[in-house]
Amino acid sequence: MKQIFGSYIEPDSGEHLKISFYPDALPLQQRWRNNGLSADFLAGYISSFFPGEDPIASGRQNEIKDAVSFIANELLENAMKYCVENANTTVSIEMFLEADVISLYTTNSINTSDVEPFQQHIKRLLTEDPGDLYMEQLETNAESDGDSGMGYLTMLNDYGTAIAWRFGESTDNSVVTTMVRLNV
Amino acid sequence: MEITHDDYQVRFDEEISTIICEGSFRLRGTQEYQPILSILLGAVDAKPERLTLDVRELQFLNSSGITMLSKFILQVRKHGASQVLILGSKNYPWQGKSLKNFQRLLPALEMEIG
Repeated sequence: MKQIFGSYIEPDSGEHLKISFYPDALPLQQRWRNNGLSADFLAGYISSFFPGEDPIASGRQNEIKDAVSFIANELLENAMKYCVENANTTVSIEMFLEADVISLYTTNSINTSDVEPFQQHIKRLLTEDPGDLYMEQLETNAESDGDSGMGYLTMLNDYGTAIAWRFGESTDNSVVTTMVRLNV
Repeated sequence: MEITHDDYQVRFDEEISTIICEGSFRLRGTQEYQPILSILLGAVDAKPERLTLDVRELQFLNSSGITMLSKFILQVRKHGASQVLILGSKNYPWQGKSLKNFQRLLPALEMEIG
């Protein structure tokens, strides 16, 4: 059953860049650095569409590159962290450029038992003030050694993005696609 | 105290009470950040009157790294012994966007993004 959270927009079929990963090929620890390499590649690729011909344009190019690098890295870190091990499924990231929006989509498998807590977290992200949630999470993290949970909050609070999710089912597990739209 | 890695360097220069972070922090979760956090907390626990965190050459910080830096800021707040200055750079736009949040945790925090 398909479930949508937030203002999810299906990716169109226009020009886009897609990278697919086969997470079972290497342990998470060994391929962790590939998240950063892939994110920087996407950021470098998109920067060609924003030529830095003068100081103002160059500043804008740097800003867009920096933002895509952060967002893509966070999306990939999450996708790799939560995808189901040995499920023989791929993790993918896709990037689209429209007139004034860059959109990124990651798709990964997720353990069915992780779906409910994740959706509860999503509901808070979509209904509460991201600035207040951000501060609350930093204070909570200081008292714990758990996962930071700061990735989506930083995208919302610091980068002003719109985030939405689509959940579906595959043969054995659930599948989630996360959409992030960045105004440029 | 110093950590040198292919992707980043962290060192605390006690003579000038300055922690210098360079490179890219893309570590995985709280545990991997522990050695870096230890240097930062060690500097706070020395309770210098003024303490500088120089991130001008820190190109990248993931969200786990944001959490790690917030623990440093909260430790400063807890001790209440040091005036902290963060030195950043406009060359890395994330710094202007994300570092300012720490001023909500510690209103006395000084920041120079040059």
